[in-house]
Amino acid sequence: MGTILEMRAISKTFPGVRALDHVNLSVQEGEIHALVGENGAGKSTLMKVLSGVYPHGTYDGEIHYSGAEAKFAGIHDSEAKGIIIIHQELALVPLLSIAENLFLGNEVAQGGVINWPETYKRTETLLAKVGLHEPPTATVDTLGVGKQQLIEIAKALAKDVRLLILDEPTAALQENDSQKLLDLLLELKAQGITSILISHKLNEVSRVADNITVIRDGSTVSTIPRAEITEDRIIRDMVGRDMAHRYPERDRHPGEVSMVVKDWNVFHPEHKDRQVIKNVNFNVRKGEIVGIAGLMGSGRTELAMSLFGRSYGRGISGEITIGGKPVDCSTVVKAVDSGLAYVTEDRKALGLVLDEPIQWNISLANLAGIAVNGVINRMKEQDVAERYRKAMNIRTPSVFQKVVNLSGGNQQKVVLSKWLFTDPQVLILDEPTRGIDVGAKFEIYGLMNRLADEGRAVVMISSEMPELLGMCDRIYVMNEGELVGELTAAEASQERIMSLIVTH
Amino acid sequence: MTDQTAGTTGKTSGMNVNLRENGMLMALVAIVVFFVIVVRAMLGVDFLSAQNITNLFLQNSYVVIMALGMLLVIVAGHIDLSVGSVAGFAGAVAAVLVLDWHWPVWAVIPAVLVVGLVIGGAQGYWVAYWRIPSFIVTLAGMLVFRGLTMWLLGGQNIGPFPKSFQLLSTGFVPDVFGVDKPNMTAIVVIALAAAAIIWIGWRARQRNEAYGTAQEPVGVFWIRNLIVAGALMFVGYKLASFRGLPNVLVVMAVLTVLYAFFTEATTTGRRIYAIGGNLKAAKLSGINTEMLTFLTFVNMGVLAALAGMIVTARLNSATPKAGVGFELDVIAAVFIGGASMSGGSGKIVGVVVGAFIMGVMNNGMSILGIGIDYQQVIKGLVLLAAVIFDVYNKSKS
Repeated sequence: MGTILEMRAISKTFPGVRALDHVNLSVQEGEIHALVGENGAGKSTLMKVLSGVYPHGTYDGEIHYSGAEAKFAGIHDSEAKGIIIIHQELALVPLLSIAENLFLGNEVAQGGVINWPETYKRTETLLAKVGLHEPPTATVDTLGVGKQQLIEIAKALAKDVRLLILDEPTAALQENDSQKLLDLLLELKAQGITSILISHKLNEVSRVADNITVIRDGSTVSTIPRAEITEDRIIRDMVGRDMAHRYPERDRHPGEVSMVVKDWNVFHPEHKDRQVIKNVNFNVRKGEIVGIAGLMGSGRTELAMSLFGRSYGRGISGEITIGGKPVDCSTVVKAVDSGLAYVTEDRKALGLVLDEPIQWNISLANLAGIAVNGVINRMKEQDVAERYRKAMNIRTPSVFQKVVNLSGGNQQKVVLSKWLFTDPQVLILDEPTRGIDVGAKFEIYGLMNRLADEGRAVVMISSEMPELLGMCDRIYVMNEGELVGELTAAEASQERIMSLIVTH
Repeated sequence: MTDQTAGTTGKTSGMNVNLRENGMLMALVAIVVFFVIVVRAMLGVDFLSAQNITNLFLQNSYVVIMALGMLLVIVAGHIDLSVGSVAGFAGAVAAVLVLDWHWPVWAVIPAVLVVGLVIGGAQGYWVAYWRIPSFIVTLAGMLVFRGLTMWLLGGQNIGPFPKSFQLLSTGFVPDVFGVDKPNMTAIVVIALAAAAIIWIGWRARQRNEAYGTAQEPVGVFWIRNLIVAGALMFVGYKLASFRGLPNVLVVMAVLTVLYAFFTEATTTGRRIYAIGGNLKAAKLSGINTEMLTFLTFVNMGVLAALAGMIVTARLNSATPKAGVGFELDVIAAVFIGGASMSGGSGKIVGVVVGAFIMGVMNNGMSILGIGIDYQQVIKGLVLLAAVIFDVYNKSKS
C-alpha cells in the first residue's frame, strides 16, 4: 500500500486573508484519514482545493494523486479520477426519487433516454452496499438525515469512488445513525476505499481514524499516527496558540442580574419531535459580557433567535426575566420593547437592507424614535445617523451611502447602531466579528466593552475561543442544545472548553 | 482606500437614480413631441388639443390609480394579477346597486369601495398569513372575479347610469371664479401645484445641501423643474380652455400626492420598502411583515374598486368584459416607472410617469389609426426596453 494522495505546501489566499499557508497532507491508500481543526482553520478550503472547486492555478503548491501530479480544472476532473466529496449540506434533490438522485448528472441512458430497469437494478445493488433498505422509487424527502447521508455515500459509490471525502458527516446525525455511518466507513475501508473524514467529534475520530492531521490557522500542526492518538493530544494541537494583546483592557465590575432565562426548551420548526434547545438556564448581569461557546450546530444561534421574539423554532417553553420582572418576548416587537436586542450572525441576509442607505438601516428597528404621528422627520433621522456614525466610527463619506458599499466591519457597526438606537438593556451578539478584518475586530471589541461600561448586559456568541476568552467575564459552553458547563474568566481555557464539548 | 472607492460608487449611484428618473421623464416628453409632429404631419391636427389632453386624463386615470396600489404590492415583493377582474366586478356591483336596487349614488360609492376592501383582504390573507405565492392567489382571483362579474351581469351589459354616477368620470370641476372661458379654477389650481412642486423640490435640495449630500447640478434641477412646471401650465391652460379640470384628474392627483407622501415620509411606508428589500431583516427588526403585506393587498382592492367605478361611469354601462387586460397595463406602468421585480424599490412619481408613457402611446397610436396588433407589439417592446435600460444601468454601476 502506497501513498494515494500527497498535498505539498498548499497555499491559498483570498482578498485580505491567507486561508492556507503551506499545508501538507499525506494520505495512504486504504486508510481512514481524519482532518481536524477549529471552525475556520482551513479544512474545508483545503478540501475545495483538492476537489477542484478552486481550480489549479488559483492556489500555490502541488497535488500528487495516484502517482501523478494532478491539475484539476474543476470538480468534474477530480470526480473522473475517483475523488468524491460529500459536503455538510447534502446535495440531494428532495422531490426526486433515490434512484434519480443516485444517478443525477450521471444517468444510465442511451441517447438521452433513461434506461429505468437498469437504473433501478443498479440502485438496489448500491443501496445494499450501504445497508439501506428503501425502495429505489422513494423520494428523498421522506427519508431522515441519517439515511440521506447514506444515499450521498451510495451516490459516491455509483461514480466508482477511490478517495471519499466526508465533511462533518455526523454533525446532524443522532448517536445510532452516526455509529452506523462510521461502521460503513470501516466496511468501505475493507473494500479498499480511502476516506478523508473531517470531524469535530474526537471520540468518533479516535475510533475509526488511522492517522489524524491537525490544522490550525491555515497551517498543518501535526499528523498523529493511530498509536499516538489521544483526545488530549488532539485538543492541545487544535487550540495551542499564543494569545497576545488582541483584546482591549476593561475594568470589570458586573452589577446586578439583568436577564435570567429559565428552563428554556425549543423544538425544531419542521421536525416537531426534535428538541433543539434542552432545558437551558443562564443569566447575565449588568455590565457583564457573557460568552456562549460551542461548535457550529450546537444550538447557540437557535437559542438566541428563539429568545428574541420566537424567531426560531416551535413549542417554545420557559421564562425570561429582565431587571427582575418577567417579560413577554413572544414577538420581536415585544422583545425589543422589553429591552432585548439581537445582532444576527448573518448580517447581510438577516441584519441589513443592503440596497438602502446607512441612515435608513439605523432607524429601521426604532422608526417611532424619528417620527411624529407616523410621519418620519428626515432631519432627525439624519441627526441620529450622524450621531452613531461618530460614536461608532463608521467610515463612510456620508450616511446616505448604501450599506452594500461598506466593508464588513462598517456594516457590522451599522447593525450595532441600529440596535443601540432601540436602547436595549440586553444585547445578544451572534458572531459579532465574523468576516471582519483584525483592525475592525479590535474596534468592535472596544465597542462591546463600552456597552458593558454603560451598564448594559452583553451576551456574546462566538466560534472563536480566543475571542471569548479575551472578552468575557463568564463563559457558558453549549453542546447539542444543552449548556454543558459554565466557566469564570479565571477558570476558562481553550482546553477546558474543548474538553467540555468533546467529552459530553 | 476602500472608503474612497465606496465614496465614488455612492456618488455615481446617486446620479444613476436621477438619470433613471430624468430619463423616463425625458422619454415621456420625447414620445409626446413625436406624436405632436407625426400627428400634425399625417393628419394635420393638433395632438395636444384641449380635447385630446382632457381625453388623455379620462382614458388613463384608472391605470394611474391602480398603479399607485400596485407599486406598494410590488415594493412589498408581490404581484396582483386580479386587479382587472376586481375592477370589472366592482363596476358590476355598482351597476346592480344603482340600477337594480336603486341605491343612491352617495351610498353606492362607499359600498363598492368596501367590496374592494373585502376582496383585497380575502386575497391578502392567503398571501400574508399562509405564504401562498401572490402570483397564484391573484391568478385565482383573476378567474374568480371575472366569473362573478359575468354571473352578476347575466352576461349582459347593464346601463345607462344616472347623471350623478357618470359625474365620477365625465364630470368637471366648475369654475368657482365664474369666468368659465377660460376656466380660472383650473389655471389657479395647476399654477399652485406647479409652484408647490418646485418649492418642495428646492427645499429638499437645500436640506440635502446642508448635510453635504451628493447633488445633481443646480442647472439640471432647474431645467427639469421648469420643464415640469411649463408642461403643467400648458396642460392647465389647455384644460381651462376646454371644460376645466376633470373630476377624475382631481381624484388622481390627490391620490398621487397622498401615496407619494405615504411611501416617502411615513413609518408604515418605510416598513413596506424594508419588507421588499430584505424580508428576514425586516422581521428581525420588529416589523409586522404579515400585517403590512395583508394591508397592501387590502389597499389594492380598494383602489381597484375605485378604478372599476370610474371605468364603468365612463363607459356608462357595466359590461362582463370591463377591465380585461387592465392588470397588464398597470403592472407594465409600475415596471416602466422603475420598480424592481424583486421588491424593495420604486417610486410613486416614476409609476405615474410610467402610466402616462403607456397612456400617451395608446392614445397617439389610436389617433394615427395604427392597428391594435401593432399597438400591442410596440407597447411590449417599450416595456422590455425600459426594463433593459434599468438592468443595464445597474450592471454598469
